[in-house]
Amino acid sequence: MAQGLRLLSHMLEDSRCQTPPMSTPSTVSSEKLRSTFRWMLLARTLEDRIASLYRAGGSIVGGVYLGRGQEAFSGALGACLSKKDGDIFGGLIRDMSGRLAFGEPLLDPVRAYLGSAAGPMRGRDGNIHRGRPQEGLPAMISHLGALVSVVTGMLLARRLQGKATCVGATSIGDGATSTGSFHEAVNMAAVEGLPLVVAVANNQYAYSTPTDRQYACENLVDRARGYGIQGYVVDGTDLRACLETFTEAVAAARATGKPQMVVGKLLRLAGHGEHDDASYVDPALREEPSGRDPIDVATAYFDGMEVRKWQEEALKQVAEAIAKAQNEAGPDAGHEPWLALASEHLVEGRRL
Amino acid sequence: MSTTYLAAIREAQAVALREDPNVFIYGQDIGKFGGAFKATKGLIDEFPNRVMDAPISEDAMVGLAIGAAIEGMRPIVEMQFADFSSIGFNQIINQAATHYWRTGVPCPITLRLPSGGTAGSGPFHSQSMEALYAHYPGLVVVTPATVEDAYSMLLESIQLDDPVIFCEHKLLYYHLKADRLPTVNLPVGKARIARSGRHATVVTYSAMLHESLKAAAMLAEDGFHVEVVDLRSVKPIDTDTILGSVARTGRLLAVGEAFPWGGVTAEVLSRVVSEGFDLLDCPPIRLNAKDTPIPYHPNLWKAHRPTADSIYAALSELVRK
Repeated sequence: MAQGLRLLSHMLEDSRCQTPPMSTPSTVSSEKLRSTFRWMLLARTLEDRIASLYRAGGSIVGGVYLGRGQEAFSGALGACLSKKDGDIFGGLIRDMSGRLAFGEPLLDPVRAYLGSAAGPMRGRDGNIHRGRPQEGLPAMISHLGALVSVVTGMLLARRLQGKATCVGATSIGDGATSTGSFHEAVNMAAVEGLPLVVAVANNQYAYSTPTDRQYACENLVDRARGYGIQGYVVDGTDLRACLETFTEAVAAARATGKPQMVVGKLLRLAGHGEHDDASYVDPALREEPSGRDPIDVATAYFDGMEVRKWQEEALKQVAEAIAKAQNEAGPDAGHEPWLALASEHLVEGRRL
Repeated sequence: MSTTYLAAIREAQAVALREDPNVFIYGQDIGKFGGAFKATKGLIDEFPNRVMDAPISEDAMVGLAIGAAIEGMRPIVEMQFADFSSIGFNQIINQAATHYWRTGVPCPITLRLPSGGTAGSGPFHSQSMEALYAHYPGLVVVTPATVEDAYSMLLESIQLDDPVIFCEHKLLYYHLKADRLPTVNLPVGKARIARSGRHATVVTYSAMLHESLKAAAMLAEDGFHVEVVDLRSVKPIDTDTILGSVARTGRLLAVGEAFPWGGVTAEVLSRVVSEGFDLLDCPPIRLNAKDTPIPYHPNLWKAHRPTADSIYAALSELVRK
């Protein structure tokens, strides 16, 4: 079994010996805390399973990029948005938890990873690039930073269409904050006055590059002031703190119609992808508060027996989804129409 | 009353804004100022919420248009000069061009690129970018050469469900005039025989159409009748019309203002040679700009790009081969 599940079991043993933490006054309901934690568990369970299938070889198509260590930060953002009310979540590569919490069907990532033609991208693009653009889930491209302006444009459209109360969120890592694309888009959202929530997961490494080769400001949230937008800092390993902060940021975006930037300090608890052993990560970082596993941190909020039950349910859901997708055919090149244009009459080789 | 190429572009946008509440225009200095070339002059007065000044952020301008298009809008983005679309290149070729293919959701955006050289504009305000964009699947690339085409092809571009690179030539903005704007015209994707002839075919587009027509008139005085094909769209390219013309003349010259390596003229020759080799009576030739950046001083600029004189010289050789 994958390392994360072993780790979780270990924590469950521990948590049974602990008294539950004192509950502090919180803007987050226990129901929200519970439901978001269950999305985190589902994401971790799924990604552990995908990672072991990848290592076994043969069934996973393409690369595997995990959100391990970012489940609380990502899940809290997804959980604070409302898909049914028209909110937008532009997830990136480490947002399994947030995508599921927002409302992406579990089968979408499973089908994408297993190369099923029934997946949302039909074999034309894979895995972390998946999306359902007309359901508030735009599909990222590999070029980081490029999705921020797309979500901004979706929000501009909502405003022009008289649906100004929708919030659009997207996440980004510390590395992609160095792109011009990120800067242009956050500045543009601020200039246009659009309710964009940018979640910066400072996971301390961009592939192998540490943050001291990425930026020279003291804290990435300092940039918010430069853009003239509200900034927030949160412990990205603590689900309750993340939920409190994103609840506030999303509400502020909705109320003011202005961008908000939330920076979460955490640590990527995996390689850049599963091909990467992350041997360059300074082991001391794992001992720091930001190096905590967010699943472990959140587990302490709940009764151990209950967590075990949720864990078993997650395992069952994942097993069912994988069993279903494994029986589905991959795309058939013979039936692929090979049309890059919606205007079929303008496709070269087809006569007018 | 006559209408200029520039006024036709302005009018097409006014009509699109009037007829479809999903159309909006985004670009630098296009609001009260009316755009660097005045292609949006006065539009903000009639459509105060749908003509928006953009920050100097070409990447985000295109990204914003893509996001809005996903949500059902039909954005027009004015690049101040085609040259600056290089800053938005990633969004254009990787996000807009791939979107329909990847997701099944169309991305109807129109990117207006004031293109091509004018005297004194230099290396960064003169480029012809059509070949770069035509290279990528998922984009439609059009290069209107007449007032009528500027009008009807812009309207059609806005209505298409795909990203369109609309290359409008700056040299044609003011001096090209038409008596009236068309109500019907050839669709995007169809080339037009701009002048009939039987001794040689010139395939060209955009401002080079007019240099080629002048050259054809000069050849007529020598007794040679040159057929001139205006491509109108470079992606898709109307191979049938090109081959039909070469079938009549047996001789081909492809003329473009862009740099010589690869590009539209190379594509034209490649198609004729591979699909219509037997139609040719002699080797086809290409005429392009020189393989250097575009010079600033008019003395150099005039020698850098093809002109009626250099086209005439090339044709004179071609018809005697």
